[in-house]
Amino acid sequence: MTFRRTWAVARKESIHVIRDPRALGVSIALPLVLLLLFGYALTLDVDHVPLLLWDQSQTPESRDLGARFTGSPYFDLVAAADSYGDIEDALDHNRALMALVIPVDFGRRVASGRPAEVQVISDGSDANTATIAANYAEAIVQRYSAGLKVKLARRTGTLPPRPPLEVSPRVWFNTDMESMNFIVPGLIAIIMMLIAALLTSLTVAKEWETGTMEQLISTPVRSSEVVIGKLFPYVAVGALDMVLAVLAGRYLFHVPLRGSLLALAAMSMIYLVGALSMGMLISIVTRNQLLASQVAFMATFLPAFLLSGFMFDISNMPKALQLITYLIPARYFVALLRGLYLKGAGPSDLYGEGLFLLAFSVGMVALALKKFKKRLV
Amino acid sequence: MSDSPVFSQHSALSTQHSALRSANSAIQTENLTKVFGANRAVDGLSFSVAPGEIFGLVGPDGAGKTTTMRLLAGIMDATSGGAWVDGLDVIKHPEAIKDHIGYMSQRFGLYVDLTVMENIAFYADLYGVPRAEFGERLERLLAFSGLSPFKRRAAGDLSGGMKQKLGLCCALIHTPKVLFLDEPTNGVDPVSRRDFWRILYQLLKENVSIFVSTAYLDEAERCARVGLMHKGKLLACDTPSGVKGLMKGTLLEVRCPEARKAALLLKPSGIGSVAIFGDRLHVVVQDPDLGRAAVASALRGAGLVCEEISVAEPSLEDVFTSALLSESAERRVPSAE
Repeated sequence: MTFRRTWAVARKESIHVIRDPRALGVSIALPLVLLLLFGYALTLDVDHVPLLLWDQSQTPESRDLGARFTGSPYFDLVAAADSYGDIEDALDHNRALMALVIPVDFGRRVASGRPAEVQVISDGSDANTATIAANYAEAIVQRYSAGLKVKLARRTGTLPPRPPLEVSPRVWFNTDMESMNFIVPGLIAIIMMLIAALLTSLTVAKEWETGTMEQLISTPVRSSEVVIGKLFPYVAVGALDMVLAVLAGRYLFHVPLRGSLLALAAMSMIYLVGALSMGMLISIVTRNQLLASQVAFMATFLPAFLLSGFMFDISNMPKALQLITYLIPARYFVALLRGLYLKGAGPSDLYGEGLFLLAFSVGMVALALKKFKKRLV
Repeated sequence: MSDSPVFSQHSALSTQHSALRSANSAIQTENLTKVFGANRAVDGLSFSVAPGEIFGLVGPDGAGKTTTMRLLAGIMDATSGGAWVDGLDVIKHPEAIKDHIGYMSQRFGLYVDLTVMENIAFYADLYGVPRAEFGERLERLLAFSGLSPFKRRAAGDLSGGMKQKLGLCCALIHTPKVLFLDEPTNGVDPVSRRDFWRILYQLLKENVSIFVSTAYLDEAERCARVGLMHKGKLLACDTPSGVKGLMKGTLLEVRCPEARKAALLLKPSGIGSVAIFGDRLHVVVQDPDLGRAAVASALRGAGLVCEEISVAEPSLEDVFTSALLSESAERRVPSAE
């Protein structure tokens, strides 16, 4: 392998990249567009649930409970209802996701210390949001009812019974429980996998299709010089994409990076080279641009999205699927990025995943080198 | 230029080995064969090309010319047989010959978004042309090909003839010993074709061996030796005049206004093989006098006007036509038995 020939391939490939401004524009804009789209669409936080309130009781007690709902950041009062017809109508037309019905005798029963009931009606068509909202509602009612017990105890002069166990939750790493802090690092990993593979998926196939490869393989250039040389400009474009994604995460999604920037850069570079080589390998094997880009999309995006632990927790997957996730490089990078972003993980925490990532990268480069043949078939 | 020790060792060995077989050949093949499925694209080819010679491979589309080129340039693996280029075994060590050859594929193989200069510089780097020599060689090639005014033009914006000249410059930047040109003038205008051949003749003075394929028989006449290729096989391999001498019988040129009708009449008559050239027919006959009489009476009998019948010097096209016809006739005989 000579530096001169490798550099010659790298330089001519860079010229291709620079002289095709449209393709270059797409490869820089696409990751940002994907990050914005998925970033805003995928938020898992449920708040500002539109709430309908039907207070049949109209007592100080019922107004107190209602205020606890409307005063919470999780619920927004959209209207007061007067009938079940109102509620049905609002839920049907998506004006509200939940309705709170306080019965006529609520005030009387609470005032006299007898058990009272309230009704919560929610739109179950989005089961996930409905469950979370119902949990919020239950928590508010629980707290209200605990307050009532204390009042009652004071009135009767006895001490309120202490609950036998008390949980005091303490959240580490993502103390604000912002799902964005959790989503964005994973999303960067998945988008970079897709973009990197797409970047290189055309390069070799295009040369076979247009006939420039036939000329190229008639020269003394080595396979390794072609493969490595071709990687150079795409490593640069991929690194630029990564920088933009990290900046967008920081300034658009306000996701703090707790770990070292240097570790982030190093891990990203290993991941990038692996994913770029994978795209190149696909291009080498298919020798067809259309097929190569389709394979690159299928082979990176879906596995990375579904099996990396980004969407679904790996430990909850069936055993067989869990084993498959070991083959998904995005799995390691998602874990690494989350570690770096949320935990501020240091080198000693990263080397396990880092080693797997390195193995993937080295493996992909080796396969691409092995599969590239200076022969027509 | 730093080849790995493994490679230079290979080259040394194969040089010794093949020195016996192809002591004085730029190219030599022995039973070279390439099979694609059921198709024998190149079928038992054996020939040699002398150093400094221009050898033309002629044949219709699909004859196996491009496949032969690719096998010899070491960019396609042969099914069986042997091939040596510049004394090196192509089959065993295809990479070893690549410093010694220049190759121009049939399809334009350079980068359309790179300029003329960038393309040449790229190939100079790949071939490891010493930097000190590059400037001088580049100027010489550009002047030689007439591309100097277009140095900074993108290759994709060149005309067909210019593209071929650029291809030639890239294939010559490292002064190869053997040059492979696959139908270099295909689809190029006649003036550019003439220019191109003038350049090739100049190269011969520098003792470059040229192996060129063409579907144009007038171009084949310009070669020192030609090989007539058909369905993967060499039908003949000699100097153009030698090949013409191989033609059995005499060529009669028949001038008649209704050439097509005359041809339809003469073809099944068994007088000889017939080909149409505008208002003339070329008929190959065994005996000039008997043939002439037979043609004249046949035409007269059908009421066709015949202006003149004369004995003519056969062109390569005539030889090729008659060779193809006699070959298909030979094939028919055994199958009839």
